[in-house]
Amino acid sequence: MLEASVAYRRGTLDLEIDAAFGSGITGVFGPSGSGKTTFLNLVSGLLRPDRGRITVAGESLFDSESRIDIPAHRRGIGYVFQDSLLFPHLNVKSNLLYGFRTGFVKLDDCVSLLKLEPLLTRSVRNLSGGEKQRVAIGRALLSSPSLLLMDEPLANLDAPHKREILPYIERLSAQFGIPLIYVTHAAEELARIASNVAVIKSGRLSAYGPPAKTLHTIDAHDRFGRISILTAKRGRYDPHYDITELVSPAGSISIAGQAPGSDGTLRILVHATEVTLALSKPQGISARTALKGKVANIEITREPVAFADVALRGGERLTAAITRKALDDLRLKTGDAVYCLLKSVSIDERWFPAP
Amino acid sequence: MFGLSPQELTAVGLSLQVAALAVVLLFPFALAIAWLLARRNFAGKTLLDVAVHLPLVLPPVLTGYLLLITFGRKGPLGSAFEACCGIVFSFRWTGAALAAAVMALPLMVRAIRLAIEAIDPRLENAASTLGSSPLKVFATVTLPLAAPGLLAGVLLAFAKALGEFGATITFVSSIPGETETIALQIYTLTQVPGGEAAIFRLATVSVILSFATLIASELLARRIKRRMSA
Repeated sequence: MLEASVAYRRGTLDLEIDAAFGSGITGVFGPSGSGKTTFLNLVSGLLRPDRGRITVAGESLFDSESRIDIPAHRRGIGYVFQDSLLFPHLNVKSNLLYGFRTGFVKLDDCVSLLKLEPLLTRSVRNLSGGEKQRVAIGRALLSSPSLLLMDEPLANLDAPHKREILPYIERLSAQFGIPLIYVTHAAEELARIASNVAVIKSGRLSAYGPPAKTLHTIDAHDRFGRISILTAKRGRYDPHYDITELVSPAGSISIAGQAPGSDGTLRILVHATEVTLALSKPQGISARTALKGKVANIEITREPVAFADVALRGGERLTAAITRKALDDLRLKTGDAVYCLLKSVSIDERWFPAP
Repeated sequence: MFGLSPQELTAVGLSLQVAALAVVLLFPFALAIAWLLARRNFAGKTLLDVAVHLPLVLPPVLTGYLLLITFGRKGPLGSAFEACCGIVFSFRWTGAALAAAVMALPLMVRAIRLAIEAIDPRLENAASTLGSSPLKVFATVTLPLAAPGLLAGVLLAFAKALGEFGATITFVSSIPGETETIALQIYTLTQVPGGEAAIFRLATVSVILSFATLIASELLARRIKRRMSA
């Protein structure tokens, strides 16, 4: 879908990225200043690479060797910015129609998908942050872009508004079949919506692949930033306790609440700090979930914390953050069989169907 | 009105006419220069910026003299204009308008430049990702958002043009009914005994006109501030 091989150097930023992204939602993850936004600006044509090539759906947009440089307004790439950047002199409807091109996105479909009907005649000045961002998404969508870029569209919103917007983003990619590149530094957002994740570190692409394979490689030094993604089949729901059992090869996972849908695979997000390791299956403990696996890797940091990467039965990886003292007391080493204990209540209840 | 004599009324009318033409002549140039200074980086940008501000600091008599030697009938531009389109500047009211335009240039460029710089350039980026060519971005985003600032700049330049004296008298002299605007007539009256009453009447008109224009300009500038902070 998008093939980009670009170099760009300004000030302290030295960016050199060689990427080939597929269709669906590609998440771009990285710390601030790593070059994520610059990468989007290069793709959209707002910035010009020092050298390289950019191709979208087989169409060459930039090629320094054959001197191709299609200007931004003729690239047909939609862009949703962090702060919506709606035109203050136009009302909601005029904003939506500003870049309208007859294409596969119809105004009515867009308005109903993003629930914009009640806003149409309003001035953009007195919209809430979430409403502004929905209008900005609609505005970009209505230009029927061949690729949609989103630069931390939720960064300025509070948690409830984030939950309000995310489902729209998931749906629009599926409904209109627009490939989407979604930049964020919130791993949870990507765990939820991305089919693939590209991790950018100081101007270089450091990993690319499905979230379960890439997201655990990030934030290596921050124990609270380490997460793992597990996929499991929806199992039995117990209405009395309001608990759902998920079935995975490593054992059953109980989660609070009723999982949406009737069957299919769910993704859950587990923070490394929420995982307890045990050498044998413990009795008399409140944690309901014990997943079997083998320690695949141990990473000892200079801080009190060590990360144990556990290869679960069935092949998925789960990272546990434990103290170095716990590591020594248990005499844990690579290859040891362990149980990973999870508290049901620590698992985010906003689970989501795996894309 | 104000008991003005026919001669004084002519001067008032001429002032308004000269200032209006000056502003109309000036606007497209000032807009282009202001946009270049606000939005583009190019070699010689500082030089252009300085050149635009020169009429503000040069002695007006020198500006008038420079106009005389370039736009006079024997000057390179003056003779070219006369040859190609029959336009004569020297000792004509059109020349007074040209002098007023040159003197008002820095004020108008400054006001428009500030108005353009107050617009978030990322709005223009957003417009271009929505398929607008640079010209369309300018017409549909930059211009409407800068409109109050443009108008403020026009009014400020109009007020300046109304009162222009030094460059005008040097370039086109003071010819009643042709180039003798309010300011020039006041100067003439100071040279003759018994002109105090007429001076007072003209001064009143002059103050009222300038005051009204400046107030309108200030109100618009405030509106822009509110608009940008919204």
